[in-house]
Amino acid sequence: MSIFTYNGSALVAMVGKECFAIASDRRLGVQFQTIATDFQRIFKVHDKLYIGLSGLASDVQTLQQRLQFRHKLYQLREERDMRPETFAHLVSAMLYEKRFGPYFCQPVIGGLDRDDKPFICTMDSIGAIEHSKDFVVSGTASESLYGACESMFKPEMDPEELFETISQALLASVDRDCLSGWGGIVYVVTPDQVITRTLKGRMD
Amino acid sequence: MAKADVKLPQMQSGFDFGLCRRNDMLVKQGGKPAKFLKTGTTIVGLVYKDGVILGADTRATEGEIVADKNCEKIHYIAPNIYCCGAGTAADTEAVTDMVSSQLELHRYATGRESRVVTALTILKSHLFSYKGYVSAALVLGGVDITGPHLHAVYPHGSTDTLPFATMGSGSLAAMSIFESGYKEDLTREEGMELVSAAICAGIFNDLGSGSNVDLCVITKGGKEYLRNYKKPNPRTYIREKGYSFAKGHTQVLSTTIVPLKDKVTIIEGEAMEE
Repeated sequence: MSIFTYNGSALVAMVGKECFAIASDRRLGVQFQTIATDFQRIFKVHDKLYIGLSGLASDVQTLQQRLQFRHKLYQLREERDMRPETFAHLVSAMLYEKRFGPYFCQPVIGGLDRDDKPFICTMDSIGAIEHSKDFVVSGTASESLYGACESMFKPEMDPEELFETISQALLASVDRDCLSGWGGIVYVVTPDQVITRTLKGRMD
Repeated sequence: MAKADVKLPQMQSGFDFGLCRRNDMLVKQGGKPAKFLKTGTTIVGLVYKDGVILGADTRATEGEIVADKNCEKIHYIAPNIYCCGAGTAADTEAVTDMVSSQLELHRYATGRESRVVTALTILKSHLFSYKGYVSAALVLGGVDITGPHLHAVYPHGSTDTLPFATMGSGSLAAMSIFESGYKEDLTREEGMELVSAAICAGIFNDLGSGSNVDLCVITKGGKEYLRNYKKPNPRTYIREKGYSFAKGHTQVLSTTIVPLKDKVTIIEGEAMEE
């Protein structure tokens, strides 16, 4: 058992046409025992920037608080929101700082950049950034998510189609992973609105 | 005035070992140590008639999973120096970024073009001081005032100076191509062909390497970064129509729509009369 699989998680982000979606499951478990079914793994950084953190739940929350703190300091100093690329490098630097005693978290970042260009990326637990043009996944269900996204993803999807695709990819994948599931949550971010939907999933 | 005891986050530097004891405890409780993103790689470089050619594959792995099918392994060090990285992805990225920023400042201070040996010395002293725990295996190449240079850097901090070098899990496959095909004073075309053949040997014969060939040709006073110079493994299995799901296909429990406010733009008015 790896510490990464202690709580269980599934996390995915996809790019659409002038929009992106980020989705996760909602289970918090202790190995095979389910503790909660409304756990939050995806956090808003600002209106057009979201971060999802998979892995150990306690590290998810610690890291989230530290990142929120750093972003607020940036907002105060610079009087603007962080660009997604900048934020990704901040997360990467914070993770690499703990290279030899890492947080057990794999982040997924989704944001709309200047001119509302979608940006998604993921990292490993020590901050190696991986950029992607289509989709990124992480968590205990990552292997099945790779498969589902690889076949379901289409470029240039509109927000509605993107929602259906990411939801189906997520639900199909968590059903093949014991440690994640119990419903899902999807954020679809477009230039002028954020659509948040909670999904009905299998409760076993 | 008493010195304020506030530790600004920007002022920290170096590694933080704060979580090590907790993590050791978690591992002792029956965990496995963490898997990191690796670049089980083929990276090569050679010196040709008027410069240096670097080459790399584009596969990043996490265990036996291909995490990235088209990643960039040729890192920027200076306008006239580039560096291929193999090993733990975060380490190669961090170590090359660190050197490139130090050299940038050094150029501002001296007003001179960076030298390859300077990059090499910074790299090896950093790697040596971490006793191989910063696992970056590098092929460093560039052209400076003293001519073309190619170096192989090992994770423990030892270095080689060679006319041709290979690194990573595909280094044996690539070296077989170099050993049979390398000669002095290769032309640019011959050099590029040989490097790309060596990378292809890694892509096809080493399971840790795959996807595309990246090249970087550095000459005196110029360079050419050829991202995806060759794509020998295109995707062949895309379903023409893709999967489409009807709207409302997914069972939704709740929906919240938050409209985003337009950012206020301040337009300068005319100056007020006194």
